Amino acid sequence: MNQPVLEVTDLVTVFEPRGSLLRKAGGPVRAVDGVSLRLARGEMLALVGESGCGKTSTVQTIMRMVSATSGSVVLDGEDITAASHRRMRPLRRRLQIVYQDPYEALDPRFRVRQTLEEPLLIHTKMSRTQRQDAVIAALETVGLTPAETFLERFPHELSGGQRQRVAIAAALILEPDVLIADEPVSMLDVSVRAGILDLLDRLRRERGLAILMITHDLATAARFADRIAVMYLGRIVEEGAAAEVVGQPRHPYTQALLSVVPERDPLRTRAPLLLVGEPPNAANVPPGCRFHPRCPMAEEQCVSVDPALRPLSAHHSAACVLVN
Amino acid sequence: MSLLQVRDLNVWYSLGEGGENHAVRDLSFSLDPGQRLGLVGESGCGKTTALLALMALLPPTASVSGEVLFEGENLLNEDIARGHRWRDIALVFQGAMNAFNPVRRIEDQLIEPMLVHKSVAADAARNRARELLEMVGITASAGRRYPHELSGGMRQRAMLAMALACDPKILIADEPTTALDSMVQAQILQLVSKLSDELGLALLLVTHDLPVVSQVCSQAVVMYAGALAESGPVADLYHRPQHPYTRLLYAATPDLHDDRSVVSIPGVPPRLDHPITGCAFAPRCDVALAECTTSSPPTVQVEPGWTSACWRAGGAQ
Repeated sequence: MNQPVLEVTDLVTVFEPRGSLLRKAGGPVRAVDGVSLRLARGEMLALVGESGCGKTSTVQTIMRMVSATSGSVVLDGEDITAASHRRMRPLRRRLQIVYQDPYEALDPRFRVRQTLEEPLLIHTKMSRTQRQDAVIAALETVGLTPAETFLERFPHELSGGQRQRVAIAAALILEPDVLIADEPVSMLDVSVRAGILDLLDRLRRERGLAILMITHDLATAARFADRIAVMYLGRIVEEGAAAEVVGQPRHPYTQALLSVVPERDPLRTRAPLLLVGEPPNAANVPPGCRFHPRCPMAEEQCVSVDPALRPLSAHHSAACVLVN
Repeated sequence: MSLLQVRDLNVWYSLGEGGENHAVRDLSFSLDPGQRLGLVGESGCGKTTALLALMALLPPTASVSGEVLFEGENLLNEDIARGHRWRDIALVFQGAMNAFNPVRRIEDQLIEPMLVHKSVAADAARNRARELLEMVGITASAGRRYPHELSGGMRQRAMLAMALACDPKILIADEPTTALDSMVQAQILQLVSKLSDELGLALLLVTHDLPVVSQVCSQAVVMYAGALAESGPVADLYHRPQHPYTRLLYAATPDLHDDRSVVSIPGVPPRLDHPITGCAFAPRCDVALAECTTSSPPTVQVEPGWTSACWRAGGAQ
């Protein structure tokens, strides 16, 4: 594998409760509990899991919106885990994010041109005409053409899909190395989702952009990502080539998650593997394997052994004592 | 005979200054006892407006024409609707689990519709509430808790129990699992199917999610721009779609076991505050004919129980 552009190693993020009420409710919350990820140029990695599993905390820690408790985040060879704010500033342009809700992510008082110009004003010394050219190029890249007709529009004059394209253009305008896409299509209509996903796919192939996509939708991850990492309660429990994770899931949690993805074809039905109980909360992680209270295959050893993520083949690993 | 029959339903929202939004256009469909019907479409297609019309819950800015017959009575009459709402037709909506009163116990809140809509004694209502909670998989002790002490999935179960409190014949569920995780979604959908089977409850599932409809419903109505595009058995809609919108919507939906590429539908739905000439889908359609842009498509019966509003439907062209 070529040199990763983003390398996350043993990342841990603990939120300490403050105030007496919270302290009563539980101890520190280990939102991210030893996550390692590698992302190469031009690669798309999907981070999949249920709400509360730590996907968003992982991203926030990588982005330095919250501080890591331990572990490291290395961006293109440079350790940014403890970089100062001053040091982070030039690095931020290389690591950009697109959020789930394009209705909230854009400033309603900013015209498209202003939204796209803002990062250039902050991070570059471009002249007015250079900025104008960059804005038009970015709009063309995301498929908003003719770009001139979009420049002076406000967000309320755009459809949901167009807004998300503007948000992507704003993230791309500084030509980042890594794009984090946090549920980039879940707020959009089905008929426009594929267009946004195709755009991300094209950006990574043509520009070598590395994309970390957070999603709860395994069907989308299977179709668009190179690799899938499945997260449960702060840990990655299975990781591998998308086709392998979907085709031969090894961790019982992945198997369960895949079994509940509804089939598009009404004539194809599968018995869903319904897990009992709710995902436990990260303030109260079960001993042993954190999945064992809900695992249909749990054995005695699972109560005490906390399995590490182990390689099963060149492109596939899982954290379960029962698989080898 | 159909339990619920919607005939030529039209809903307009007044926009002020003489403008109006024609949100539902000539919609007709029917629901049989015990049937599970999906009402599918993207945002703005009129599915939620249609269901609000069925429940006579439209805002005062809306005007309505057509008929919604429940056992022969027209629900578009507010007084008639009030007599059936919750008693015969119950509604669970997307954020319903957040609609509980936070300072009252779940069980106590379940009793309320029974006291309001059916004249039952408080004791009987309490026993019935426990029965209902058990039916949806909530223990008696969980029923004594406050809403914030239950997870989203449990609260949505409690909402289902509440919807069943007056033994309705129809359950309308508007995106009931959209805000929930996939595992919880699967649990709730399985529960809804089980309840429909065991109680002979007809289900109208309003959603944008085609795979969910494929797995839960036997029939579906696909809506586009306020009107019916196609309706019929879900297996036929998937395997032999007669309306291009149905076909393209399936093609835009990713599937775990299908390696074909997922394709978006270019363009955007038409504005509903302007009159629509011809077929509303024609500008985005990949097989549009000359007449599609000029004349409204006929509603073609492909087979009994299967209709398509397309000039090409049923091999006509």
